[in-house]
Amino acid sequence: MTEASAKIKNVDLEIAPEATKPQSRSWRRFRRNKPAMLSVWVLGIIIFLCMATLFISVNQYDHQQLELTSTAPTMDSSKLDRVLDPETKVWREKFAPFGYDSLGRNLLWRSLFGGMVSLGIGLAAAIISVSIGTGWGLIAGWYGGRIDNIMMRTVDILYGLPYILLVILFKIAFEPQLIKIVGEKHEKIANVIILFVAIGGISWLTMARVIRGQVMSLRSQPFIEAARAQGLPTSRIMLKHLLPNLLGPIIVYATLTVPQAILQESFLSYLGIGIKPPVPTWGSLASEAVKAVNTVDSFWWMITFPCVMLGLTLLCLNFIGDGLRDAFDPRTKKKG
Amino acid sequence: MFTYILKRILLAIPTLFGITVIIFSITHLAPGDPAQIASQSAGGQMSSEMSQRVYEELKKQYHLDKPITTQYWYWLAGDGERTKGIIRGDFGSSMSPDNRPVIDKINERLWPTMSLAMLAIGSSIVFGIPIGIMAATRRNGIFDKVSSTVLYGLYSVPSYVMAWPLILIFAVKLEWLPFQNMVSDNHEELSSMDKIFDLAKHYVLITVCSTYGSWAFYSRFVRQNMLEVLQQDYIRTARAKGLDERTITIKHAFRNTLIPVATLLSMTLPALIGGSVILENIFNWPGMGRLFFESMMQRDFATIMALSTISAVLIMTAILLADLTYALVDPRVKYD
Repeated sequence: MTEASAKIKNVDLEIAPEATKPQSRSWRRFRRNKPAMLSVWVLGIIIFLCMATLFISVNQYDHQQLELTSTAPTMDSSKLDRVLDPETKVWREKFAPFGYDSLGRNLLWRSLFGGMVSLGIGLAAAIISVSIGTGWGLIAGWYGGRIDNIMMRTVDILYGLPYILLVILFKIAFEPQLIKIVGEKHEKIANVIILFVAIGGISWLTMARVIRGQVMSLRSQPFIEAARAQGLPTSRIMLKHLLPNLLGPIIVYATLTVPQAILQESFLSYLGIGIKPPVPTWGSLASEAVKAVNTVDSFWWMITFPCVMLGLTLLCLNFIGDGLRDAFDPRTKKKG
Repeated sequence: MFTYILKRILLAIPTLFGITVIIFSITHLAPGDPAQIASQSAGGQMSSEMSQRVYEELKKQYHLDKPITTQYWYWLAGDGERTKGIIRGDFGSSMSPDNRPVIDKINERLWPTMSLAMLAIGSSIVFGIPIGIMAATRRNGIFDKVSSTVLYGLYSVPSYVMAWPLILIFAVKLEWLPFQNMVSDNHEELSSMDKIFDLAKHYVLITVCSTYGSWAFYSRFVRQNMLEVLQQDYIRTARAKGLDERTITIKHAFRNTLIPVATLLSMTLPALIGGSVILENIFNWPGMGRLFFESMMQRDFATIMALSTISAVLIMTAILLADLTYALVDPRVKYD
């Protein structure tokens, strides 16, 4: 008898840390996912490089050295000579492992600064999608009925309209107004804000759908019924009881929103309606390079480096998002 | 079921009305109008006074001098000259310099885009679904890891970046495949067999570019749903019965993932005529995406309205279809 109870205790002790919090169990499962963890490291390095060099790249990204137009990358130490800057008469290091673009700008700094802008767009979209999408899904899923119908039909319609149409319409309609408000001087800022909002504004739709589905299934569970029976106000039930249970899908879909937004900005840049030059993004660098290509010269470095950084970031984010989904999905808990 | 469909169709009418009102007001309130753009582009040879007169003339012709509510009414019910109105199924005449009926413009662009979309969807079914099934049955095996890495890698490359090396290698260097337009310049002179061959060759590159991204999407979607199904009790029962893995995978597991797959497929209906603005631009493809972008840039209100109305109708059809297929493949779902 005592032996048996000791055994039971032992078993309890073994599974206790696993059993305490589903949330921490998910994180542990995520940490065991090798591709996802590798992606976290690679992404971390890319973000670190972009941020650590920001104080140089923010000054250098638009600096033209016309005598170096379309120069290939130079890593050969004999070629790493010093050149005279004709404008400022300052000798500057010809440090360009990424080469120069067709306007004589150092692609290293452009790629790094472009990374900051691209990642910023992704982050903005994620924040917007979390705040609007979660709120929308919560309300629609909680109240149901007619409110749910109207809200979800709105989502369906926005979902289906070609997103480029929405972004272009949004930009055409609101950009001039915003420029009027912030003044002609800050046109760049207005442009960036409009793009952030336009891309973010369509990125919350998936989130809203997923959250609504989750809320509908949570709503009928005993612990929510108990909370309602206690007479808790709706706002408290939503914040204290529903939101913590929605954390998993929110994190997963926020992560998956970031690569989507970065990719969408790059499409808009290609069409010439993205962030206005000379401010670079990975997408606009790639599209500038694609347009510079001709049959005689491929200028491989112009397209390779920004695209490798863009591709690597998107790949990492997709792997992380996938790993998070596997880790947080209650249905895949049995194995794993 | 009949009453359900009827109810849904009746409900769709006010929704559609709302969408057209929103798109109409955004396009018309945005700065720039077709008359202004047309008179500017023609204004090169004219004095400013002349172009001003042309502008006034065009404005009158397009009814842009009337209040926006009147313009909407004309679009809805016809003005007696340019259009018979949308309620009589007439999209009116284009507001670009060619002044052709919008329906003709759409008709000639429809087939290139639709055939391309069908090829793309078909190939993602043919490749994506088996890859997803195989990855799910050997979860975390070599095949799962390699396929997910390769497909996510492809998924992370923007289509316009992928188009560039493909064009350089296969069209420029090797001269195997053409990449401009749908047919060669000497298409008319070819024999009927060569005509088909010529057309097929033009499809290759743009089909590859518009397809590879969705393979990852479909295969991951199928994999995720398969994983969920494979953990069900009836799969264990099937194994216990001694059925071979093949039968279990195909007959028991995959058939149950058909519900979400069917829903996903019915949601691709709007994409059939949406087209890709970017790829159609690169490959000079006479499709809907380019028509949409061109009419956007020319502020061709008539064409924009026609395209967005058609896509809104398709979206709502797709949603209805998705709900119906849902009930068709899953008898537990009931119409309300």
